[in-house]
Amino acid sequence: MKFFGFLIVSLCGGLLLYASSEFPDWGDPDSPASRHLSPHYIEESLAETGVPNLVTSVLADYRSFDTMFETAVIFCAGLACLLLLRKYKPETDRYYRHIPTGVILHFKNSRKSLPVGSEFELMDADWVPYDLVIKTVCRILIPFIQLYALYVVAHGDFSPGGGFQGGVIFGSSLILLAISYNLRTAVQRIKERVLGFLCVLGVLIYAGLGVLCMFLGGEFLDYSRLAAILPADPVHVRALGMLGVEIGVGIAVMAVMAAIYVNIASAGRHDEGL
Amino acid sequence: MVDLLTHIVAKYNYWLYIILMMIGLYAMIVKNNLVKKLVGMNIFQTSIILFFVSIGYKKGATIPIIENAHGNGHGGKQLLIRAADYINPLPHVLMLTAIVVSVATFGVALALAVKIYQRYQTLEEDEIRMRLTRK
Repeated sequence: MKFFGFLIVSLCGGLLLYASSEFPDWGDPDSPASRHLSPHYIEESLAETGVPNLVTSVLADYRSFDTMFETAVIFCAGLACLLLLRKYKPETDRYYRHIPTGVILHFKNSRKSLPVGSEFELMDADWVPYDLVIKTVCRILIPFIQLYALYVVAHGDFSPGGGFQGGVIFGSSLILLAISYNLRTAVQRIKERVLGFLCVLGVLIYAGLGVLCMFLGGEFLDYSRLAAILPADPVHVRALGMLGVEIGVGIAVMAVMAAIYVNIASAGRHDEGL
Repeated sequence: MVDLLTHIVAKYNYWLYIILMMIGLYAMIVKNNLVKKLVGMNIFQTSIILFFVSIGYKKGATIPIIENAHGNGHGGKQLLIRAADYINPLPHVLMLTAIVVSVATFGVALALAVKIYQRYQTLEEDEIRMRLTRK
């Protein structure tokens, strides 16, 4: 098996390496990829869409159908994770830590529960020490990460950034919360229902903007029609339409990242994980 | 020999991506553990992403964000934009979505792996096959 694998790999690799002699040189300005369509994007995009960041203008305007269905793919991935793994039965074994003394109580096969608050906290079956340094650092760090994510989404038209990147950064802040505290805290902060709602909301914002453009007399996702309801000229309104779309993408990506993490880390039980 | 070396130096980026891609393919074919196969798949995807991004590069060009565009884009005097000054934005767009989608598909694959582990208590391919035939 190893030998055959190596044979296949070296055959494929040899063919590809042989073919690489036909490829354009590294950084060649006259390569086929940058001769046909991309000069139009670079030279006309600012006049046509009013957005200096070409990546955003191509992503959310010229190729907005593609991006919409990419968002739908991400939504489907989140949904698939949820449907594959989610289990609703709670565990019957519970562990509580008495916070002032650090004594740990173990409830076996019991439906009874202690009031969780400043005195007792639920803890994972794997022993997790109460670590003040990690918790404090992450508590300070997480709001700044989230602020940065919002900046990346909001400034996606003018500087490097956009909905996908901002959404991933925001989702990673939620994952950091789940890792530094525990999964239960993260799930309490952002409930499963809210996550699911946000997944749907992101895709709906995107598709809804497209449908809104249709209602205003244009084609699907023709942002210039939004000028009828937004106080801006038709070129600038395209930038606003793209911003709206990017916000939708950001919400969907953030919620799906968090949902995938929560489901995989706890194998669908949403109580204890990494 | 010298010819080959100059050829490699001129196109070293493609050589690196192809080697990376083959490492991923080898892991997908040969490795016995499902998670290792998934990691191989991710390496494969990464090499393709790097390949696309390197296609967009132009010597002497900057990132695809028009400079001094604030206030000039509409109505005011036209900026002179030359295509040679900015790298190709199209591969970046394609890969931007591809990265996020690859993360999402990786998540689904891991979820499937968790399901397989729950049912068979193993992630080794030959052991799973053994348990499948025994029934």
